[in-house]
Amino acid sequence: MSDVAINPPAAGVATGASASRTSAVRTSARAAATRSRDNRDGWLFMAPYLVVFTAFVILPTIIGVWISLHDYDYTLAEKPFIGLDNYTGLIDGSSPFAGAFWQGMQGTAIFTVATVPLLLVLPLVVALAMNIKFRGRNFFRAMYFAPYVLGVAVVAVLWRYLLDTNIGLVNHYLGVIGLNDAIPWLTQLPWAWISLIGVTVWWTLGFNTVIYLAALQDISPELYEAAKMDGAGPWQRFRHITIPGLRPVLLFITSVTIIASVNMFGQSYLMTQGGPGQETRTAIYQIAETGLTSFNSGLASAMSMIFSVFLAIISMAVFFLFRERPDRPRKDAR
Amino acid sequence: MAGCASATPLTSTGPTLESSGYSGPPVTIQYWNGFTGGDGPAMRQLVEDFNASQDLIDVRMNVVQWAQYYQRVIAAVHAGQGPDVGAMHVEQLATQAARRTITPIDDVVTELGLSGGDYPEDVWNAGMYQEQRYGIPLDMHSLAMYGNRSVLEQAGITTPAATGAEFEEQMSALVGAGVSSPLWMPNRWPAHLIFLSLLWQFGGEPYAEDGTAATFGSDAGVDALQWMVDHIEQGYSPANVAIDSQYTAFKNGEGAYTWDGIWQANDLTTTAPDLSWTMTPLPTVGTEPAVWANSHQLVLFRSRRPDDNRLLASKQFLQYLVENSASWADAGMIPALTSARETEEFRATPQAALTEAIPSMRFLPPVAAVGEVQVQTLETAIADTILGRADARSALEGAASRATAMMQNNLRKFERGQA
Repeated sequence: MSDVAINPPAAGVATGASASRTSAVRTSARAAATRSRDNRDGWLFMAPYLVVFTAFVILPTIIGVWISLHDYDYTLAEKPFIGLDNYTGLIDGSSPFAGAFWQGMQGTAIFTVATVPLLLVLPLVVALAMNIKFRGRNFFRAMYFAPYVLGVAVVAVLWRYLLDTNIGLVNHYLGVIGLNDAIPWLTQLPWAWISLIGVTVWWTLGFNTVIYLAALQDISPELYEAAKMDGAGPWQRFRHITIPGLRPVLLFITSVTIIASVNMFGQSYLMTQGGPGQETRTAIYQIAETGLTSFNSGLASAMSMIFSVFLAIISMAVFFLFRERPDRPRKDAR
Repeated sequence: MAGCASATPLTSTGPTLESSGYSGPPVTIQYWNGFTGGDGPAMRQLVEDFNASQDLIDVRMNVVQWAQYYQRVIAAVHAGQGPDVGAMHVEQLATQAARRTITPIDDVVTELGLSGGDYPEDVWNAGMYQEQRYGIPLDMHSLAMYGNRSVLEQAGITTPAATGAEFEEQMSALVGAGVSSPLWMPNRWPAHLIFLSLLWQFGGEPYAEDGTAATFGSDAGVDALQWMVDHIEQGYSPANVAIDSQYTAFKNGEGAYTWDGIWQANDLTTTAPDLSWTMTPLPTVGTEPAVWANSHQLVLFRSRRPDDNRLLASKQFLQYLVENSASWADAGMIPALTSARETEEFRATPQAALTEAIPSMRFLPPVAAVGEVQVQTLETAIADTILGRADARSALEGAASRATAMMQNNLRKFERGQA
């Protein structure tokens, strides 16, 4: 993907350079004009996106930083400037919201670390199975994708009843087959996390599966045939053809899954109400409660900024992990 | 940067309403509330009846779930798009007044000829914040004890418990008769309402009246919470009762008693028609009868562009709602107006059984933003204790000190906001 992004400007520079070499005086003016016209087209195409990006990303970020430096409650007339107090209060723990905030950050970390690997591996396994030709394949494909179309409220209410410790079906059937039928799925640790993670995987697995499936079908069958003729076994074919073929899609799935996981809010809000205690509250949950329910917008903005720094670090790590490594032989396989 | 422009809604309640009623040009007023459940149809009927009763005023009702109502109404008023009339919970009045969303209505109450004598003292006084009146009480709604007749009869119980001692006797009799879980003790809603009721019964107060401190970590608080936990430890209640399970179990015919809001009566009647149940006041477990209660109160919103005609029309609508509050009993509530409780209409309702408990109904003190503090502190401490993750005293004391810190922050913030 990055090849495409890098090539056009490089080509543009190259033509510009060669043109000026052939007849310096006459064409340099024209080349400059061409370049500026090219730029204008570029800006024109970018304009709608830039307007949206400025209005909904850049401006809110600037306002957010500005609000985070104030004791800001939009319903009150006075919103005094307090410098970095919101940040220091959260970092040194002197703010009464600090404990809850870091607990939320921890909750988000636990959830992300647990769900992302599962949501990368399980859908791949399912996609590989669904890529094999067998009777009823379309039915299974639909089955795996079906939960994804449900809204978070439906999923949460459904599982809240299924997982209820005392009146839920899951514990009932565990009892029927002779296992512990009093598992506190939603009210004790680590069960509450296991439930939230399990439900999220069940709910969103289909989306990643569909993307994997599309990518698998894009890999040329000749590659597999050639590999087979060269004596490559199934594992070698998977490692040297499937995985490299999925590489661009993997970057997409990894980033999207991480973003979805760090933004988790609805499941814990609806299924556990952040409980037991406040353990399954996520950072977003805490930020929403501080900013939207308690109207402490300044503090909530400071929380968001700290949260963003962590997200930026994670995103950079992901892109570093998936960066182009041109000296690797697997590039040639494409 | 719209957020920077500070909203400066004006305080005004307009000219006096003539005794013959509103006589100006036709006017439309906006009425917002959160009556989305079993209480929705009763309010819709009241509004329809009002609109049909005269030609000049058209009331448009907008119903928003309570969970989103307060955020929305604050945003709307501060954006200059607020409604004229609204209903809100009494515990929100202080917060909304401090955030300058609603307007003092002392003179409106006088004009409408309402006075404390028309209402139970506590609910009337609960409409005040910083010596000004912000709300006209529409109703009261409290916790009640629901009993499952057929389960109680298994232990030969015909009269629901009225004291703590009786309650314990009945618990052990029920377990003896083979009822495995006569009471389901919730860890979330309505756990904190049960706790507050018991705290008051043991002579405690959850918050200092002046908003300077949370006092629910007192001995009375510990006694209250310990009483709740004891029922799990003695095996009367299952452990780990998740959100809504205690009520669902009761509806399914499990459990002898459940303590829940009186408004559930409508839901029980419609969704569990075969269940035979009783509704009685909470037993007096502590030293004095007390029960957590709330009240829907009618308010006028502040407006950046007050309009005398809309204000007059709003007053007439308020008057209508007060005068016809007997039919509000259909919503499952107890009408606040004393004369409305003396009607046959009210006496026929299940919640009429709580009439004798009205003097013991207690409301949260008028402290701005105390509800938001409570969600993050008291409610979690109760959940932690009920789930056996902490002991009552340390959980409550920890939560109370955090709540006090938050309340101190709020005090400073709101004092500055008034300037």
